[in-house]
This record gives sequence, C-alpha cells and structure tokens, in this order.
Amino acid sequence: MSSETLIKLSGIVYGYPGRPVVLDSLDFILGQELVGLIGPNGCGKTTLLEIIMGLIKPQAGTVEIMGRVCSEEKHFRPLRPQIGFVFQDANDQLFCPTVADDLAFGPLNMGASRQEADEVVRTVLTNLGLEDFGSRITYDLSGGEKKLVALGTALALNPKLLILDEPTNFLDEKAVTRLEEIIRTLKLPGLVVSHDLNFLNKMVSHSFRLENGRLTEV
Amino acid sequence: MTSNGLFPDWLLRTDPRLKVILLVLWSFHLAFLSTVIAAAVGLSGSFLIYLISGQRNCLKGLKSLLAINSFLIFIWLLLPFSFSVPGTVIYSLGPLDVTREGVNLSVILSLKALAITLGALAITGSSGPYDLLAGARKLGVPEKLTALFLLMTRYISVIGQQYHRLAQAMRVRGFRPGSDLHTLRSYANLAGLLLVRGFDRAERIYAAMLCRGYRGRFFIRADFKFKCLDLGVAWLFVSLGLLVAGLDVIGNIN
Ligand SMILES: Nc1ncnc2c1ncn2[C@@H]1O[C@H](COP(=O)(O)OP(=O)(O)OP(=O)(O)O)[C@@H](O)[C@H]1O
Ligand SMILES: [Mg+2]
Repeated sequence: MSSETLIKLSGIVYGYPGRPVVLDSLDFILGQELVGLIGPNGCGKTTLLEIIMGLIKPQAGTVEIMGRVCSEEKHFRPLRPQIGFVFQDANDQLFCPTVADDLAFGPLNMGASRQEADEVVRTVLTNLGLEDFGSRITYDLSGGEKKLVALGTALALNPKLLILDEPTNFLDEKAVTRLEEIIRTLKLPGLVVSHDLNFLNKMVSHSFRLENGRLTEV
Repeated sequence: MTSNGLFPDWLLRTDPRLKVILLVLWSFHLAFLSTVIAAAVGLSGSFLIYLISGQRNCLKGLKSLLAINSFLIFIWLLLPFSFSVPGTVIYSLGPLDVTREGVNLSVILSLKALAITLGALAITGSSGPYDLLAGARKLGVPEKLTALFLLMTRYISVIGQQYHRLAQAMRVRGFRPGSDLHTLRSYANLAGLLLVRGFDRAERIYAAMLCRGYRGRFFIRADFKFKCLDLGVAWLFVSLGLLVAGLDVIGNIN
C-alpha cells in the first residue's frame, strides 16, 4: 500500500438488519484524487460513506484510513476531523443556533480559541459567498443555503479529504458554479456522490458505479 | 427583534445573565404572594416589564398569554366552591356554594399565573433562547443541562416543521379529520413517524457531531458586559419586588 492511499476498503459486507446485503464484499481504494460515486437510489452510496466515516460498522471487511486500520470508534475518532464529510440531508448536520456557531463548532472541538474560531468562521463564510450569514438562525435557511453552510462546517475543519453526499442537492445554478469553484480551489482529494453527471464530469478525474453491492470503474 | 418605538427597549439590551437571575427571582417572588392587592400590583409590574421589553409584536405576545387561561378555567371550575375551599358562603349555584375564600384564592392564583407568565414572556421574548442559555451557562448552570435545552430549542422547530409537512401531505391527499377509525389510525401513524424520525435524526445529528470532533463539550458563544443599563433594569425589578412584597405584608396584617 503506497503512502498516497487515503482510503482502502477491502471485502466490506454490510446489510441492514432483516434486509438483503447492500454492500457485498466491496473493495475500494482512494488515492490523491477526487473521484465520483454514482448509482441508482438505494444502492448503498450513503451506507458506504457512513462505513468510511466509522458511523456504522461493516459486518465483514476492513477499513483503512490514511494508512491506519480502523475497526473501533477510538480509531476513527482522531481521523474524522481530517475528513470533510457533508451529509445528504443538511438538517442532520446543522444543529447549532446560528450559522456562526455551527461553523465554529468543529474548530472549537479541536481546541481552537474563540478568536481563532471566529477567524475561521469569517474565512469560510467569505469563501462560500455567505458573508452576511454569520448571525442567521440555521433553521431559517433555505434548503440550498443549508447545504452550503453544511459544506462550510466541513471546510471549517480544514480537512485533508472531502466526502460529499450529493452536494448539489437543492442548489441553484449559481450556487453549483460557486461550489465547483470552491472545490476546484481546494484541490482536495475525496469522494463525491452525485446524480448530477454534468457536475461530476467537471469535478472528478473518474467515477465508480455502485451496483449489486460492488464498485466498478466507469 | 427591534423596539416597537413606543416604549424603550431596555430589556432587549439587558445582559442575559441578569435576565436569567431576574426571571427566576421575579417568578418565585410572585409565586409566594398571598394577597389580591399584591398579586394585582405584581401583574401590573409584569405588564410594565413587558412594555419595556422592546418586543415588536406586542399583540402576539399577549395572545400567548391567553394560552394560560385554559389552565385558569380549571381553577375557576373547582376552587370557588365550598367542596374544595370551605368558608363564608356568598352565593349559591344550585347545590353548589360559592365561598368568599374560594373566590379570593381563585383571584389570587389567576393574577399570579398571569403575572408570572407575562413576566416570563417579557424576559424570554426579549432575547433569543440562546442568549439566555449562554447567560445561564455563565452563571454556572451545568453544561449537560444547557446543551439539552440548546438542542431542544433547535429541534423543536424542526419537529414542528416536519409535523406541518406531514400534515400537509395528508391534507393534499384529501385527509380530513373526523371521528372515525381512519382518522385515529392516520394520527397514530403521524405520531409514530414523528417519533421514529426524531430518533433517527438524533442519531444522525450525533454522527454529524462526531464527524466534527465532538468530545462532549459544547461551546456557546458569549461575551457579555455588565452595563449601566443593567443596573437600571435591576433597580427597576428590585423596586417592583419591594413594592409588591410590602403590599403583601401589609395586606396580610390587616
Ligand atoms: N436505517 C436503515 N434501515 C434499514 N434499511 C436502510 C436504512 N438506511 C438505508 N436502508 C436501505 O439500504 C439501502 C441503501 O441505502 P442508502 O441510503 O445507502 O442508499 P443511497 O445509495 O444513498 O440512495 P440515494 O441515492 O437515494 O441517496 C436502501 O435500500 C435503503 O432502503
Ligand atoms: Mg444517499
């Protein structure tokens, strides 16, 4: 395994209780590039991302992140802040009263001071083109605004790797363009789930299709 | 929230820490009153506080005051009568005797309930719940408790929205509540779904928090300064409190 490898999954099996397996001895290697993940609804894309983040445990197989084998919560814990993970539903991600609070949450957890966190919040908001959003109440935001802020919460951690679950959902054309610019300037490797092939083609070097519990390169 | 322009918006600009203290003290103070006159003056005091709380939509606030009346109905249905509060009979309603003591108690309880609610509305309504929580945290309220309230205030509205969306979805498909089994079953489904979704969401939120390095500590943004205005507001509350307490003592002697 080269030092370039960020994520390595081997023989991952996962099935929700009482249902046929979603992932069936799946293998995947992510190097220093941004790749796409496509597949029909319900094929297990979100499930796969949750396994990578250690949020659910595969029934078989190993997860290796940045060269470290992760099988328990304590292995994932220090790695998660290095991964910018954006959930499919932003409502699941934003839980602080105001946008600024939510953006500051990650940095504060990492031991940043109030001032440092505020600085991060300002930078992220500027990058997202949401300068005036700091004091907005998170539940009052529109679907697209929530999605952008959710991306911001991931960026606030200054991640080494991005994992985005349908980032263009709810976004209008302008916001998608903005998102494309942001991702392009970040130049981070990672994994992007999307049904928006147009967007994927512009952003990623190549894509994988998830079907019948396995990945195939497309 | 901005001032309505007619009255000063002092409470709006008061230090949240002070507000938490005032909220607790004022509510308890009112709750211990035992004379009609003191309770009435207490209610006027709460009204005064409400006026300076800088709430734009006075009527909306006063409407929520009406909600407390549904509780008061029970007081008035039970307490004035001799079977619950025996005493001097002043009126007979068929087999039921209305007692002076009963009516007196009902009046006091009603006034106090209204006064406490109005005071709380004024204090909590003049700053977001988050400011108050930050204030409470600064005053040493345990983190677990404030985090609980923080998430609750954040998600009550989400659950509310979800409820409305589901209810709308039901209505769009021609659902009309009636008094039949179908209605009951539909409501049961709705409630069940809200619970399941709530639980699901809680798990996802926790996952999202873990992803951002959550280790059990919550940070609420707060940088408060005690100002002259705060002294003024505190003084106002203390004066009102003393006035009410004085009236109560005098009333009890007589
Ligand atoms: N908590 C759960 N319990 C049981 N089954 C689940 C659960 N979550 C997902 N599933 C099922 O597992 C399968 C994969 O779900 P997943 O969310 O990973 O799909 P997805 O590829 O992300 O779909 P989409 O494109 O719609 O987001 C689906 O058939 C889904 O019904
Ligand atoms: Mg999904």
